[in-house]
Amino acid sequence: MDAELILMQLFSGVALGAILVIAALGLSIIFGMLGVVNFAHGALFMVGAYAGLWVASVTGSFWWGLLAAPIMVGVFGMVVEYVLVRPLYGRSIDDPLLLTFGLSYVLVEAVRMIFGSDGIPFPTPPQLTGVWDLGVGFFPIYRLFVVGVVILVLVLLWLGLEKTKFGLIVRAGARDPTIMKVLGVDISKVWLLVFGLGAGLAALGGVLAGPMRSVNPEMGSLVLAEAFVVTVIGGLGSLLGSIIAGVLVGIAISMTALFAPEMATIVMFALMAIVLLIRPEGLFGKLA
Amino acid sequence: MTDIIRNITQKKISRRSALAGLGAGASLLAMPWAARAADDTIRIGFPTPLTGPFAAEAKDQVKSAELAVKQFNDKGGIGGRKIELLVRDDKLNGGEAATRTLELIEKDKVHAIVGSLSSAVQLAVNEVTRARGVIYVSISQSDTINELKDFSKFTFHEALNPHMTAGAVARHTFKKGAKVAYLSADYAYGHEMLRGFKRAQAAIGAESVGELLHPFGAADYSTLMPRLRSMRPEILCISNFGRDQANSIKQAVDFGLKQQMKIVVPVLLHNQRLAVGPEVFEGVVGGANYYWGLESEIPSAKAFNDAFRAANNGAIPTDYGAYGYTGIYSLLLAMQAAGGTDTEKVIAALEDLKYNIAKGPQHYRKCDHQSIQSVLVLESKKKSDMKSDMDLFQVVANEPASEEVLRSCTELGFPG
Repeated sequence: MDAELILMQLFSGVALGAILVIAALGLSIIFGMLGVVNFAHGALFMVGAYAGLWVASVTGSFWWGLLAAPIMVGVFGMVVEYVLVRPLYGRSIDDPLLLTFGLSYVLVEAVRMIFGSDGIPFPTPPQLTGVWDLGVGFFPIYRLFVVGVVILVLVLLWLGLEKTKFGLIVRAGARDPTIMKVLGVDISKVWLLVFGLGAGLAALGGVLAGPMRSVNPEMGSLVLAEAFVVTVIGGLGSLLGSIIAGVLVGIAISMTALFAPEMATIVMFALMAIVLLIRPEGLFGKLA
Repeated sequence: MTDIIRNITQKKISRRSALAGLGAGASLLAMPWAARAADDTIRIGFPTPLTGPFAAEAKDQVKSAELAVKQFNDKGGIGGRKIELLVRDDKLNGGEAATRTLELIEKDKVHAIVGSLSSAVQLAVNEVTRARGVIYVSISQSDTINELKDFSKFTFHEALNPHMTAGAVARHTFKKGAKVAYLSADYAYGHEMLRGFKRAQAAIGAESVGELLHPFGAADYSTLMPRLRSMRPEILCISNFGRDQANSIKQAVDFGLKQQMKIVVPVLLHNQRLAVGPEVFEGVVGGANYYWGLESEIPSAKAFNDAFRAANNGAIPTDYGAYGYTGIYSLLLAMQAAGGTDTEKVIAALEDLKYNIAKGPQHYRKCDHQSIQSVLVLESKKKSDMKSDMDLFQVVANEPASEEVLRSCTELGFPG
């Protein structure tokens, strides 16, 4: 086994990690800020891919799809929060979990009715086809683009949460919503926006994944599992934890692929089990 | 992009008609006694995964099976008896399939079972029909169903087996000394196909430069690509089914592997080619039991296509769909020859049957009841070479029906 292959494998792992991070981010944000375990996350990811595909078909440009899908699904997420999730705040954690679980079935069936149950092709945008020579091997330009988008989204998210007044309110609201209400902040508006943001991020992950795999109504179910693993390893509710865990899982999968590729799915769960045994709260989670 | 929209709208229509068909099936379900009143009707049970990831292929199977039944009924049935098809959803689950099959036998008193699409589910159905002594025409790929330990004298295997498909593909793509890398799904189908390819590889004198397994249902194959490239094969052999095929080929192409090696698959799937587009599949070679394009050379294919088009608004039959037709039709021909539904007589008739109903001459081999039939080797066309939306593949070879390509009866464990 030569060093080039190991380096290449490491790089593939980091790139896969970026895809896992964007898939997990929305789930992590909604749980961290609202305490809602969003089981419709995978379905929103899938709806995002279809929305992006649809806009791209109508406008003839991938870029409009990439821009429009997160906004469309983000608005849809706000509607879901306002109409469905809001009445359940203050009840046990299971209630919104069951609700979003049911919602995911509704979304998958709705997409089946509109677009059919067969897969639909989502071509890679022509500007981003082809491979780049990294020196140690070739890598698809589109995947490098995805890594770039993920980094950009993370920077924007960090700036938004750490450097703006809105971000301050969101973080404070996550710590103690009652005090925020006493201080005269309309916390429900914040929750609305946070849920929309989480849904929008799920959709962004879906559009980005579209050109890498076939787009079909069941594509979200696997993503949901991956997102959960990443979120749990990182520590439920910790944004930084999700990011580090995503990259870690990507590298673990990639390195396993060198020796026993058939174990690539299991290694993700094995890693989760080990982390939970040693640190039940996850790498960056706080003990409740 | 515009043809994506067209695809979407076309799908809507075909889906609507599929729903109408399902509705008709459901109304039969609702009042089974009504159809049985006359009660000399010949009833055939048809378990197939109407829901789940193989739903598209399953619906095609039902349409084709209904066509075969209709053609016999239009000619006055068999000895004056009408034929009824009882479609059940096996949900791509062995337990569900076994339960539905048992119900079909016990409650609906079917005279035979035809169907199932996945190899594992097929073996579950086979257990039930073997135990109950009911004729089963299987239309899913499997090698083990031919082997002595799984053999049932009531079972006839209309589908190709991995041995035939992988062998044919290898004979037309492997050369002596060629370097081959294998990527296979880590479950029965992948293992059986890999075994078929390696047997052919040894006979041809090609060389394996590496074998990788991937988890069943994986969505991302990127971490496997550097290793596949570093093996420096001339041929990359990808043995997986359904969406795994679409995803793995798409990502291999994204990683530029197609420029360096030829991609071959055991079964080139019509629906998966539609799901990822012509650019991705261009040049990929794989086997098939049926392709509608055979109609230019084979009169029975033309007749089947025309009848299918007339019954389905101009749609064409697909590979796995055609199994529904040939499976039902061969059984009905045998019942006709046997003069009814007596199990022993129908088995004898099936063993003696020579049929040519969609793809050229076929017959069931006596020892293991495998259908001896032609095997197609197809190559996915370049977009600019496609004459229509459905002009997907070019027929590279049509290996005529021959026992030579099968394992011999003694090799399978049968005496003599």
